[in-house]
Amino acid sequence: MKSVECRNVSKTYRQGRLEVPALKEINLSIEKGEFVALAGPSGSGKTTLLNIIGGLDSADAGQVVLDGKSLDEMNPSRLADLRLYRVGFVFQAYNLIPVLSAIENVEFVMLLQGVSSDERRQRAKAILDAVDLHGKYDRRPAELSGGQQQRVAVARAIVANPSIVLADEPTANLDSSTGKGLLEIMKKMNEQKKATFIFSTHDRMVMDYARRLIQLRDGRVVDDQVK
Amino acid sequence: MYLQLGWRNIWRNPRRTMVILLAIIIGVWSMLFLGALMRGVSEQLIRNGIQTLTGHIQVHARGYRDDPVVDHRMTDVQAVAAALADALPPGAHWATRVRVNTVASNARYSAGVTLVGIDPPREARISFIGRAVCEGRYLESGNETGILVGKALMEEFETQLGHKVVLMSQDSGGEIASRAFRIAGIFRAELEATEKQYVFISLSAAQKMLKLGPAISEAAILLPAQGEEGRLAADLQSKLPQDAYEVQTWQELLPLVTAVQRLYDGFIFLWFLVVFIAMGFGIVNTTLMAVFERLREFGLLRALGMKPAGVIKAILTESFFLLVLGLLAGNIIGAATISALANTGIDLSFLAHGMEYAGLPRIIYPGVYARDAVLANLVVMVLGLLVSLYPAVKAARFKPVEALAHT
Repeated sequence: MKSVECRNVSKTYRQGRLEVPALKEINLSIEKGEFVALAGPSGSGKTTLLNIIGGLDSADAGQVVLDGKSLDEMNPSRLADLRLYRVGFVFQAYNLIPVLSAIENVEFVMLLQGVSSDERRQRAKAILDAVDLHGKYDRRPAELSGGQQQRVAVARAIVANPSIVLADEPTANLDSSTGKGLLEIMKKMNEQKKATFIFSTHDRMVMDYARRLIQLRDGRVVDDQVK
Repeated sequence: MYLQLGWRNIWRNPRRTMVILLAIIIGVWSMLFLGALMRGVSEQLIRNGIQTLTGHIQVHARGYRDDPVVDHRMTDVQAVAAALADALPPGAHWATRVRVNTVASNARYSAGVTLVGIDPPREARISFIGRAVCEGRYLESGNETGILVGKALMEEFETQLGHKVVLMSQDSGGEIASRAFRIAGIFRAELEATEKQYVFISLSAAQKMLKLGPAISEAAILLPAQGEEGRLAADLQSKLPQDAYEVQTWQELLPLVTAVQRLYDGFIFLWFLVVFIAMGFGIVNTTLMAVFERLREFGLLRALGMKPAGVIKAILTESFFLLVLGLLAGNIIGAATISALANTGIDLSFLAHGMEYAGLPRIIYPGVYARDAVLANLVVMVLGLLVSLYPAVKAARFKPVEALAHT
């Protein structure tokens, strides 16, 4: 089964009388377990496409199917359930809930899912160890570096075993060494958990890590290559 | 989870939290404290009215209330006593009186007063006069010559203990009845008007002076507790001939006090409302600020899978904690200030004339009703959560992508 399918997806933003087409009849499909980068300059529509795939925004036209389920038939509550059980998110910044510790941030999604507290704690510790944050469980986000925060975000995104992880420019605020470390972790998670990873990026390093590169320009797919 | 998030979130901006807590504390304290003062005034007005000869229930001959003259008297005292013995609960006290308008005079002055002929030992159990004598002595049963006058009347007449006062009224035969009495005691009352209005002699002296025989003007009843007077009055009325007797409660006998009590009930309700409206604006404002500063965070929560109802619940939980803390502190401070004044009261004697003009007591003691405290707390909690719904629903309505775009 395909992980993601976009069929003639279009999105237009309206600012007063001005209409800005962000996506124009996007057609693409992504298989389960792929490690894909959506690349393009600012304004190419990559973040918009990522948001629509994740159910954070809705397309004006076309259809998005995630794990066989069409998103346009879903109300906000069902979309929330979809994000809770099937999608993990890593954003560029402000990824974590500031008043929760690292382990509490990782447990948060499992808490929403209703996982028992013992199992939550066990899985959260295991995933934080896997992203090299052993012993930092009780640190609040303000006590972690940017790279550590992003690793907590990756741990949270993957801990509930989603079928797809969407990462919007996750390395944009990191130095190259830290960014590389983060990408290594996400690649490892992709291989171990078989989750589909989709990045939006204009970072060359991220594009190099991706096994498939989809280029967007002015809201259209201009290139789509598997390495 | 919501409790943990809510508790930690309210302390992210401690200064703002303290400001809104202060607003809630002051609001709750004022509701409790001022409510207790108003209740205290209302209670004292009622207590003064009841103790100043009214009692909880009175029995008169029909027509007496419209025209309080000796013609409207109760001659079958035994029937009245029997009905009272049958109808009244244990712990109730009653006394019979002769009460007519008279003219009191001495060598220099005269004034219209109300003559009250009392059965001294029974009267002492039901009204203020038994403990109000500040000079001289209280009356004894069968004392034919003694009179109690109020301090203000004594000063007006420029007289003193042991001197004579002449009372003049109309007797049962329609003739002028006049007798001299010697001042046996001076009494003080809450209101100066009471001291000027009433003079007391023994029941037997009044009956003799007015040629009443055993007849009386009224029977006054003091119940062990308030609340049952309506039912008991109706029961008593059913045991007495309707055409000859009328039985009335203090609410009917003191319509002004009843009206003032209702007025104070209205004041308390309005005060609660005004305080809450002011507090409500503060709560809404603070919650709106807290929500819009963290809109991106709510977008993140939605992205992670929290439903819109979860966002509302999260914000209401924060408001809940603010309200609980504010209520706790407000109640503690309210209880402390009320209990501090419970014994001493607020002494407004320097405004004695003004207070008396308004019918208010000179010293105000707070009166605490559990109902008022529960109502104040419920109003703040329920309405506080209700007004917090506005910012909560506003935050929940944002699309995740719109919320995430806020920085």
